[in-house]
Amino acid sequence: MYIIVIGGGKVGYYLAQALLDQGHEILVVERDPARTQFIIDALGSVCIRGDGCEVTTLTEAGTGRAEMFIAVTGDDEDNLVTCQVAKHKFNVPRTVARINNPKNEAIFKELGIDVAVSSTNIILESITEEVPTHSMTHLMDIREKGLEVVELKIPADAKTVGKEIRELTLPPENRLFLIIPKQEKPHVPTASTVLQAEDQIIAITTPDSEEALRKALRGS
Amino acid sequence: MKVVIMGCGRVGARLAGLLDIEGHGVTILDTNTYSFRRLPAEFGGTALTGNGMDEESLKKAGIEEADAFIALTQGDNRNVMAAQIARHIFKVPRVLCRIYDPLRRELFNSLGVESFSPTTIFAQMLKEKLEAEPEEEAK
Repeated sequence: MYIIVIGGGKVGYYLAQALLDQGHEILVVERDPARTQFIIDALGSVCIRGDGCEVTTLTEAGTGRAEMFIAVTGDDEDNLVTCQVAKHKFNVPRTVARINNPKNEAIFKELGIDVAVSSTNIILESITEEVPTHSMTHLMDIREKGLEVVELKIPADAKTVGKEIRELTLPPENRLFLIIPKQEKPHVPTASTVLQAEDQIIAITTPDSEEALRKALRGS
Repeated sequence: MKVVIMGCGRVGARLAGLLDIEGHGVTILDTNTYSFRRLPAEFGGTALTGNGMDEESLKKAGIEEADAFIALTQGDNRNVMAAQIARHIFKVPRVLCRIYDPLRRELFNSLGVESFSPTTIFAQMLKEKLEAEPEEEAK
């Protein structure tokens, strides 16, 4: 796949390296001449110097035939604009923007960026995953469908311990995928599965019903 | 009319002064407090330190009740992003945006941001001036 990466900082450089290793055709666009030379020396002739928001630079980069366009500079406004230029001027089918300020995630979606990745949010989620007191962890968003995959732990003192799944009032659009008990092997839950203390549950939910799901599974 | 201006440079400060004299409610935003020195001494509007690309700052500036938003910082991309937030998130009825790069201006104009390129306008004006007779007072 031909992929254009805007921004040759640390994120752009390692991303380009990883994508090259996967066999993709990569071009990095970097504003700083010294950094451009560094990338060429390290990765070969896969980097051009230029402003990724300029239509002329993007024409030179062959953006018209790119299948994916990834903007990873340190400035959210630059990432937004370059992706919009790629999308609307060059009809690139998939645009991905890095977001530095997590508040911009919703704005970028609203403004038509296909995927907005917030490094701050990713790090935050990894941290909450490690903190046992936190009751629900987001594992994945299925954005097009408005669904999310979450993980919950059943505390030892939860009122639902010892109850069957059929006794719980789960919100209608929610599904439980998998139960990972503390001792036994993971299994797919059925209506008669009995919840045990410290079960880990992987479930699919929606942003609106995740609170109801949490209550149903933990009894409070 | 209630107007929010982002960027208190020469143009922003002057526009804020003009609108204020005519009795419009003006709030001007800049990330640097020192920029507000450019506002006329008799300016009666609000000068607010803040980033026009930040929803909270925009709310503080009263974007939700604004009739117009004008993006006038030195950065084209900053202007474009703020203008789109004002137009598409806060549904401000009238949004104007300065974009120096003529090609980018063309694109974002077609994406619903009413934008102006001083580069194009000023170059055209100079060309016309050059082709016309010199002005009286400059002779």
